[in-house]
Amino acid sequence: MSDIKIKIIDREGVLHEVDAPTDMNMNLMEVVRSYELAPEGTIGICGGMAMCASCQCYIKSDHQLPEKSDDEDAMLAEAFFVKDNSRLGCQIHITEDLDGLEVELAPEEA
Amino acid sequence: MIKTDILIIGAGPTGLFAVFEAGLLQLKCHLIDALPQAGGQCSEIYPKKPIYDIPGFPEVLAGDLVDNLMEQIKPFQPGFTLGERAETIEKLEDGSFIVTTNKGTKHHAPVVAIAGGLGSFEPRKPLLENLEKFEDNGVAYMIKEPEIYRGKKVLIAGGGDSALDWSIFLADVAEEVTLVHRRNEFRGALDSVEKVQHLKNEGKINLITPAEVVALKGENHLEKVTVKNTSTSEETDVEVDDFIPLFGLSPKLGPIADWGLEIEKNAIKVDNTYDYQTNIPGIYAIGDVNTYPGKLKLILCGFHEATLMCQSAYQKIFPDKKYVMKYTTVGGVTGFDGSKKEAPKAVVKAID
Repeated sequence: MSDIKIKIIDREGVLHEVDAPTDMNMNLMEVVRSYELAPEGTIGICGGMAMCASCQCYIKSDHQLPEKSDDEDAMLAEAFFVKDNSRLGCQIHITEDLDGLEVELAPEEA
Repeated sequence: MIKTDILIIGAGPTGLFAVFEAGLLQLKCHLIDALPQAGGQCSEIYPKKPIYDIPGFPEVLAGDLVDNLMEQIKPFQPGFTLGERAETIEKLEDGSFIVTTNKGTKHHAPVVAIAGGLGSFEPRKPLLENLEKFEDNGVAYMIKEPEIYRGKKVLIAGGGDSALDWSIFLADVAEEVTLVHRRNEFRGALDSVEKVQHLKNEGKINLITPAEVVALKGENHLEKVTVKNTSTSEETDVEVDDFIPLFGLSPKLGPIADWGLEIEKNAIKVDNTYDYQTNIPGIYAIGDVNTYPGKLKLILCGFHEATLMCQSAYQKIFPDKKYVMKYTTVGGVTGFDGSKKEAPKAVVKAID
């Protein structure tokens, strides 16, 4: 059982430093939901299938992240508020390599 | 006026299974759904994705689950109002309800079960400053009558199947079709991508990629859209009559949020200790649309909630009738269509 530290800036601009487990098959979107850093129903709407962009976040630290899958890439091509450092939280698996990761949640789509 | 026993709002897996449980109690159901087909998210978002936690199905495709549910409820002859969104609800003096859709279709029932999932699916709108000004004035989010684009200059934005399919279709109808997408790659069916390539080569579709629409211009009606090339940042104005952004659908709780129901975390609060009734007697909420302590948004939980809701609905509709739950193995399934399914009877016969 090992936890890593992740810094998450929520949609209100508030910084949270949270412990994320690496042994629970969790992704970043689920970590955000587990700490209720964004209201239910505004994040992870599709359940983590890269089929909505409600978990879009901006990666602020220079961690090496896994390559985007075609699904994630295509979704980000249609999402709003997309920046160069945009990723879908649901596609980022929590591993020990991500200790110290810093992300910011993208605004909610109206 | 459509009359039924239980009016179900939302034809996803939970709503569909409620028809079965209601049918066992001889209650008739009618379903309303904003989408043109039954199945909810399972049909609309992920029909080809496997689900592994439906009890008794080690693996089932979401689309197949819907097909199976439709087959299971067939004997109970549910009615459907599809492609219409439940808009308003009115409680009559006798405690029954009238639910009216956005197209004016009225439904009357003593019990309403909201199985609305994440809400109704609405088109995702691009973030453009004066977008609302041009809505129905040159901007549309779905194509209802392709004929109105005959002889017009149309610009479609998007990179999915609907953007590709409508570009192909309108290439023969409109005077000019421009397709704008943020990437060079499209994620539609291979066949559609190839067709667009072909029409582009023939000069029938004007393809602009990687680009996005950044501004709308016009006095009263839309006249021009500004398209920005996302790699060079160069902006060009394209003269158009119509702009159709096709960025898919996103779910919104919608008008249900204004029905006086207690809402928490974008979901409807229900009594999970008993029957999943809301704060308004006679209105239930089942499946992903509801919330209570420990709620899990799982199809299998929706099935359970639908079952308990139907028992409570029965007591509400027939307060004086005595009833105990019967196993289908014992009682079989008697459809409203006259069909009867039951376990084969054991034979009593002596063996010589």
